[in-house]
Amino acid sequence: MSQANVLFDAPGPRARRRHLILTVIAAVLLAVVLALMGKGLYDKGQFEGKLWKPLSEPEVWTGYFLKGLVNTLKTAAVSSVLALLFGVVFGLGRLSDHAWVRGPAGVVVEFFRAMPLLILIYLAFFLPPSISPIIADGPLGNFQRIMVETVGAPFGVEINAGNIQVPTFAALVFGLTLYNGSVLAEVIRAGVLSIPRGQAEAAYSIGMRKNAVMRLILLPQAVTVMMPAIISQLVVLLKDTALGYIIAFEDLTNYGVKIEPANYYNLLQAAVVCALIYIAINMALGWLATWLERRGRRSKKSAAAPMSAERTNLPDAGMGAGGV
Amino acid sequence: MDQLFNFTEVFDNLDKILTGFWATIRLAVVCMILSMIVGTVLAVFRVSPTPVLRGVGTFLVNVLRNTPLTLIAVLCVSGLSDVLALRFSDAPSVNGFWWATTALSIYTGAFVCEALRSGINTVPLGQAEAARSIGLTSGQSLRMIILPQAFRSVIGPLGSVLIAMFKNTAIVGAVAYAVEAAATMKLMFFDLGASLPIFIGFAVGYLILILPTGYFFGWLAKRMAVAR
Repeated sequence: MSQANVLFDAPGPRARRRHLILTVIAAVLLAVVLALMGKGLYDKGQFEGKLWKPLSEPEVWTGYFLKGLVNTLKTAAVSSVLALLFGVVFGLGRLSDHAWVRGPAGVVVEFFRAMPLLILIYLAFFLPPSISPIIADGPLGNFQRIMVETVGAPFGVEINAGNIQVPTFAALVFGLTLYNGSVLAEVIRAGVLSIPRGQAEAAYSIGMRKNAVMRLILLPQAVTVMMPAIISQLVVLLKDTALGYIIAFEDLTNYGVKIEPANYYNLLQAAVVCALIYIAINMALGWLATWLERRGRRSKKSAAAPMSAERTNLPDAGMGAGGV
Repeated sequence: MDQLFNFTEVFDNLDKILTGFWATIRLAVVCMILSMIVGTVLAVFRVSPTPVLRGVGTFLVNVLRNTPLTLIAVLCVSGLSDVLALRFSDAPSVNGFWWATTALSIYTGAFVCEALRSGINTVPLGQAEAARSIGLTSGQSLRMIILPQAFRSVIGPLGSVLIAMFKNTAIVGAVAYAVEAAATMKLMFFDLGASLPIFIGFAVGYLILILPTGYFFGWLAKRMAVAR
């Protein structure tokens, strides 16, 4: 304990002895727990070579894990871009001076923030196939076809004689975009609001208009402030791509705990590898966020302090000061 | 067009929807209690003066919060319950419920731990120094100066974590306990054909449960905020 700590005084000789004893006890307990777990796994034959061997074979990696990882990263990348766009539009929408823009934007953001991501994915996956024939017969049939062919086609959504088929990828991207987009909208709003008022006032006083104040003064500073929080949210998004498993999208989780174990019967081992891949990517992103936060604290590029990279510090649905 | 907004199937099946949400609430309440316990234990580990415990706490928190909840839930159900035959009960629904709560509680526990720790970190060092300088012992300073302030600044982040946990019941439900609300919605989509009214019925349910909780925690956090 080199750094000063609010919970404990600097330890004297007696406290140091006590800490040493505690350390030894903890180490022994830890060793016992690990040994018991190891023995339990050993007794059930989980350390047998035939279970671990597939994980060292290149074809298992190229055939399963890397395939899944590519799908996961692809989903995360597409959803991130769309979520950021959604976030910018609705975050700035909530800051609008016009109540008719601010109100609906607020309702949309608060609604999607309060929904479990999974039911949005179910909605996108099951609803269009079920209701598209009804719409196709109605007055909006043509409109539906054009919308699917222009907006849906890039994501693989197909329409066939009025029947829409939504691939799991598109459903996943839909849910991830709306949910994380609304969270990012809040981040962006908070970021712009965190810039001291004097910045906007100074800009107005030299004759800038609303648009120029936002574009040239507030947003550039807000981006610096928001970066750690945005990256943290992208970590959340990346983790949420694993929901694809539930609708049978072939992502890393699906390959790791279902498709690969179905061929090699080593679920535990494959799941551990799968988890390690997620942890490595997410921790790298987390470090990037912390580094950006620390760098932002030092730099003078923005008039406000950077928002924390701690995910727990983002206010959740209904907790924002703005309200609906 | 009228058949798209036919709400009768929602009202006809209101009992199913309510049963689903009741299961969600049961899951959420048990997970809330368990995740607070797990989170507190992890937080104690992470701030303890013992390097071994700190290491264990840091390791567990980093592993748990960087692994997708879906993966944790599947690992618990397919891995621990099926492969290793670790079962809470012979009845599949009871076993599913407890594995679902276990997965969600340990995952949420990592976030609770981080919320608690960040609360402790908001207490300025000067508070502890001032407490010591007026002659309080470490126990008194913890009890009267530091923990009350830490607890107050924890309410906001803790509220966020608990609301996120509430929404995450849908994930563990889909993997292990398919009677809660989101799984019920999927089932109704299969039985009655997916329709917007059914979705709206469940969306309203989640809004009714989540928004007031959010407002409550937001209000409480503001009310209890420490003036600095």
